[in-house]
Amino acid sequence: MEPLIELRGVNKHYGDLHVLRDINLTVGRGEVVVVIGPSGSGKSTLCRTINRLETVGSGTITLAGEPLPAEGRELARLRSEVGMVFQSFNLFAHKTALANVMLAPVKVRGRKKEEAEARARELLGRVGLAEHADKYPAQLSGGQQQRVAIARALAMDPQALLFDEPTSALDPEMISEVLEVMQQLARDGMTMVVVTHEMGFARSAANRVVFMADGQIVEDRVPEEFFTAPRSARAQDFLSKILKH
Amino acid sequence: MNVLTENFSLYGEGFLGTIRLTVFSSLLALALGVLMAGFRVAPVAALRCVGTAWVAVLRNTPLTLLFFAMLLGLPRFGIALPFELFAVLALGCYTSSFICEAVRSGINTVPLGQGEAARSLGMTFGQTLGTVVLPQAFRSVIAPVGSTLIALAKNSAIAGSFSVTELLSTYKTLNENGYSVIWSFVWIALGYLILTLAISALFHLLERRWGVAR
Repeated sequence: MEPLIELRGVNKHYGDLHVLRDINLTVGRGEVVVVIGPSGSGKSTLCRTINRLETVGSGTITLAGEPLPAEGRELARLRSEVGMVFQSFNLFAHKTALANVMLAPVKVRGRKKEEAEARARELLGRVGLAEHADKYPAQLSGGQQQRVAIARALAMDPQALLFDEPTSALDPEMISEVLEVMQQLARDGMTMVVVTHEMGFARSAANRVVFMADGQIVEDRVPEEFFTAPRSARAQDFLSKILKH
Repeated sequence: MNVLTENFSLYGEGFLGTIRLTVFSSLLALALGVLMAGFRVAPVAALRCVGTAWVAVLRNTPLTLLFFAMLLGLPRFGIALPFELFAVLALGCYTSSFICEAVRSGINTVPLGQGEAARSLGMTFGQTLGTVVLPQAFRSVIAPVGSTLIALAKNSAIAGSFSVTELLSTYKTLNENGYSVIWSFVWIALGYLILTLAISALFHLLERRWGVAR
């Protein structure tokens, strides 16, 4: 499989805290990698370093063979190739759902307004929100906001999508509507890195499960193997706690 | 009463002078203030330094001193401008430092995630600030910016001491012509009141239209 995202020897510190320890991770094109682990294990930080919302102390991150620059236009260009979906949705509060989805294609890609609008309406339809195009984020439920956020990321035609705990801020009945959209994306062959606590999603949609603890990747395996026969004590302990209920 | 009716054109000229000073200085202050606020949150250290220095110097200098500095200082560099333009420059630059700080605090009220979302979509710093952060920041700074511009309107009285036609300086002429000082001042105060109430009405309107919905 052609590698799309590659992290080599990535380290990051917050003061004395070593949040990422020598991370090596390759995500192939079309692959769905789910990152799980206890809170504070560095999985969100790992996700955010991939498009440099977090800087790294050492190591390299490459996207389709191109190393991520530290800042500037070149970084902005590479970021536009990697969509991101946040735990807290982060829809632009002063813009309608439609305007949220249209904004970056017009501003960043330089697309024509009409063209961007048609595409935005199509994407909103794909996530089941065609009738809500003219509503503001505050008028939408959490699940609806997150689906708009996914449409907004897709509007850039990214090579990969990063999900940073996309369902952690949602009520249980809204989680499934977001997961369904994500399942569909996975089936369509989108490259995805998903930080989540949804083990059902990990089992059914992931090609690989990456288990992190204390800033390290402890296991990196096929879901079925990981969930039925975890090798490390940390993973066994983690799974016994979350699968008990 | 007759102070006003008999000197209507004098008052009128002064009033118009104050309005001109207020409008042009406000526009300058808003433009520079927003620009400097952008500088102060920029990722480039040199720009942040410029913004910080701008605010430190202008906000901490007495306005009268700034007038002297502009009027006496700029001609030394061969810059000779009409007095009114000097006054607009001094008032505009001085007030821009307060606008800058108001806008910067507005920027800080916009959740960090808004900028992160914009950056993750590939927007540059300028695009993020201009299309996502500032439009939301403006909504929370309408009231403090209004207060700052009201202060500017009243501060424009200082320009009268530097040979600029404006409202307060009309009292000198009236006084020389033997009119009652108290009544001269009452009408002058009324003139300022009309202007400042107009500014607050305008900002009240803006707030109703654009203020943060809660």
